[in-house]
Amino acid sequence: MANQVLMPALSPTMTEGTLAKWLKKEGDAVQSGDVLAEIETDKATMELEAVDDGILGKIIVAEGSEGVAVNTPIAVIVDEGEDATSVEISAPPPPEPSPDPEPEVQAAPAQPAAPKPAIVSEDAYTGATISLTVREALRDAMAEEMRSDDTIFLMGEEVAEYQGAYKISQGLLEEFGGKRVIDTPITEHGFTGLGVGAAFGGLKPIVEFMTFNFAMQAMDHLINSAAKTLYMSGGQMGCPAVFRGANGAAAGVAAQHSQCYASWFAHVPGLKVVSPYSGEDAKGLLKSAIRDPNPIIFLENEILYGQSFEVPDDDDFTVPIGKAKIERSGSDITIIAYSIMVGVALEAAETLASEGIDAEVINLRSLRPLDIDTIVTSIKKTNRVVSVEEGWPVAGMGSEIAAITMEHAFDYLDAPVNRVCGEDVPMPYARNLEAATLPNVDKVVTAAKAVCYR
Amino acid sequence: MTDLDIPYTRYLDPEGEVTTELPAFAQDQSKLIELYRRMTFARRYDGKLTAMQRTGRIPSYAPELGEEAVRVGYATAMKKEDVLLGTYRDTAAMIVRGVTIDEDLMFWGGDERGNVYAGPAEDFPLTTPIATQTTQAVGVAYAFKLRGEKRVAVTTIGDGGSSKGDFYEAMNFAGAWHVPVVFIIINNQWAISMPRERQSAAKTLAQKGLAVGIPGEQVDGNDVIAVHDVVSRALEKARSGGGPTVVEVITYRLTDHSTADDASRYRDPDEVSAHWKNEPLIRLRTYLSESQAWNKEDEENLITTIDQEIEDGIAEYEAQEELPPEAMFDHMFAELPTDLKDQREAVMAEFSNSEENGHG
Repeated sequence: MANQVLMPALSPTMTEGTLAKWLKKEGDAVQSGDVLAEIETDKATMELEAVDDGILGKIIVAEGSEGVAVNTPIAVIVDEGEDATSVEISAPPPPEPSPDPEPEVQAAPAQPAAPKPAIVSEDAYTGATISLTVREALRDAMAEEMRSDDTIFLMGEEVAEYQGAYKISQGLLEEFGGKRVIDTPITEHGFTGLGVGAAFGGLKPIVEFMTFNFAMQAMDHLINSAAKTLYMSGGQMGCPAVFRGANGAAAGVAAQHSQCYASWFAHVPGLKVVSPYSGEDAKGLLKSAIRDPNPIIFLENEILYGQSFEVPDDDDFTVPIGKAKIERSGSDITIIAYSIMVGVALEAAETLASEGIDAEVINLRSLRPLDIDTIVTSIKKTNRVVSVEEGWPVAGMGSEIAAITMEHAFDYLDAPVNRVCGEDVPMPYARNLEAATLPNVDKVVTAAKAVCYR
Repeated sequence: MTDLDIPYTRYLDPEGEVTTELPAFAQDQSKLIELYRRMTFARRYDGKLTAMQRTGRIPSYAPELGEEAVRVGYATAMKKEDVLLGTYRDTAAMIVRGVTIDEDLMFWGGDERGNVYAGPAEDFPLTTPIATQTTQAVGVAYAFKLRGEKRVAVTTIGDGGSSKGDFYEAMNFAGAWHVPVVFIIINNQWAISMPRERQSAAKTLAQKGLAVGIPGEQVDGNDVIAVHDVVSRALEKARSGGGPTVVEVITYRLTDHSTADDASRYRDPDEVSAHWKNEPLIRLRTYLSESQAWNKEDEENLITTIDQEIEDGIAEYEAQEELPPEAMFDHMFAELPTDLKDQREAVMAEFSNSEENGHG
C-alpha cells in the first residue's frame, strides 16, 4: 500500500525547510534506509531516509523548493505494480492536540502577522528598512563592525567552518579569515578566559557561547575578571568584549539546556546586560555592544533566530544600551518584558484591547543598566504594572521591577505589581509540562486583568 | 633526548659550587651582582611586609621567603614590552618589573590604587581566583600574535594551581594556537597545607605540557642563574615564533602560606630547617665571595641602601590620602550609567550629612 513521505523536522524548533535535492527519481526502487532526499534548514543539512521498501511512486514537492512546512507530504512510496497517481494526497495533518495551554513559543509564526498600527516605530530612524531574520541581523551587525575595526574577532565553538551552531556567523570566516573567526577547543572556561585576556590585551573579542547554559563554566572569568578588573585596576585595564549566545528556553531540551540567565548577570556591577527581541534590537544592540568599552552579556533567543522583522537598512543604525523601547503605547496598564516575551506581551495586549484594556508594552532591551525613567514614566501614566519573563521568580528581573516600582512610583499604583515568570521549577522535559511552565499569552492576559480588577 | 624528556637545569649547587659551565650572561659578574641585589631586596622587603602585617599596618600579605630566586630570575629575563600575569605571591617580580614600593604597599594595604602601575601598565593586576590568569595569558599572547608583535605573555601558577582545569585548558589552547606564552609553575612544595606529593601523581609538573604538545622543563628554583637562563631561552623561543614552554621551577616555601596561616601546624619543623640549607641567597653570595666579587662591606652597604629605599617607600605610602566614599563607584564602567550616578549621589549626600551631624 502507498505511504506518504512527510517533510521531517530537524529539531523541535524547526517549522520549515528547503527540499534541496532528490537523490531518487520517480519509478526508482527504494529500500528502507536508502537516502531519498536532502533537506536543508538555516541550521543544518540532513538526509531523508526511506522507512519502507517499495517504489518512489510520486514526487510531490520538487527539489529546490524553499519554505516547505514540516509535516507536508513530499513524496509517495508505493508497492510494486501500484499506481501512484491514484493515491490521495492529504493536507498537512493538523497539530496534535495538546493540553491547554498551548506553548506560545512553539506556536509563534516564523513571520510576524501584518504590521500592527499600534506598535511605535523607532523614533530616531526614518530611513529605509529591510526584512531580516534575527539571525541575519546578528550576522550583519558583526560583519559591519568587523569591517570597520580590525581588532574585533569572533571565537567560539563551531563559529568558523560550521558557520555557527545556530548559523549566526554565516559567511564571516570567508570574509574575515581564520585569524578573526576562530573555532575553539570545547572549553567554555578556557576560551572565555582567553577572550578576557585578549580584551585586556587590546583586542575586541566577540565570544559566542553555543548557549548560555554552557557559560556557567565560565562564570569565574565573566564575574571575577571581565566585570571587575577595570575597577580593580583603577581604570587601567578595561574589557571591551561581547559575550553572546542563545539564552532562555528553547524547546524540548529539558532542564540543563533551557533556562534564562538574565537576572544572574544583571546582578553584577561591572557588566552590561542586553537582550534583544526584534531584528532591529538584535542588530542595533549588538553594534552598540561591540563598540562599548565595557564587557557586555548579550542574551539572544534561539526561537527568535528564524523570525523576520523590518530592520533599518543603514550601517550607522544602532540601538543605545540602557534605553528601553515602548513597543505599544497604552493608557491602562504597563506590561514590561524582554526578549521573546515581548512578542507574547504584544499578543496579550491585542487580546486585552479586544476586551477594552489598553496596555502599554515596554521592551526592556537592556537589563543592566535598566531604563528606570521609561519604566517609571509609564507606570505613573497607567498606574498598573505586570512584568513578564521566562526566568524563575525568585530574585528575578520581575523582582527588580517590583522594587523599582516601590521606590519610584508607589504613590501612583492602583494595584500591586504582578509578575508573570517561568514556574519555579527546573524546565520539565515532558512537552505538556514544559508548555505549562513557560509564560504565555493567556497567563499575561490573566495577570493583567487581575491587576485591573477584572 | 626524546620529546618526552623533562630536562633539569642547575648551575650552582647549595654550597655555591658551579656544577655545570655557567651560561654566557653569568660570565659577567656585574650581572650576577645585580641579581644578588634584587634577591636581597626581595628578602628584606618580604621581612618588612611580614612585620608590618604583624603590627597591624597592612591587613594581609603572601610572603615569599625562600623563593626570591624564582621571581628575580624570571622577571629579569623578561623584556619591558612583555606582559606578566602573575599570582598573589609575585611581589619581588613585580618590583623588578617596575612596580613601586608605594604601589605595592597600597595593594597589600587594601587599596585599588595599588593595582595602578605607573611602570608596567600592561601587566595584569594580581588576581585571587586561582589559575584564571593562565587562560587570560593565552588571550594576551593571541593579541600579540594577531598584531604581529614580538612580545611574550608570562604567567605564573603554583603547584596547587597546576591542578586546576583552567591551567590544562590554557596549555591546550596555547599548544593548538602556537602562541607566544611561557607558563611558569612555581612549585614551592606546599599548597597551603597540601604537600606536592598529594597534589598530583605526576612525576613532574612540567610534564603536564607534554600531553598538549608543549615542551616542559624543570629548573632549580633556588639557583637564580638557572631560572634566569631557562626562562630567557623559553622567552626567546616564544618571541621568535617557536611556541609555548612550560617551566617548572622547584623551590621551597620557607614560611607560611599567608599571614593568616600557621604552617607549623601541619609541617614538620625538621623539613623546614633542612630546606634552609638550600635557600637561594647563600649560594650566590658564597659563589660571589669566593670569586672575590663580593665582601662583607659590600653586603652591609647593600642592606643599608635597601632598608632606606624601603623606609622611603613606606613613608610615601603612608602619606597617601584616603579615597572619598564616592570613589567606590569609580572605574566600574568606562562611563558611569545613570542608575549608578543616582546611587553615587546618594552616598555623597549620606556622608556629607553624617559629617554635618558629627557622626562622620
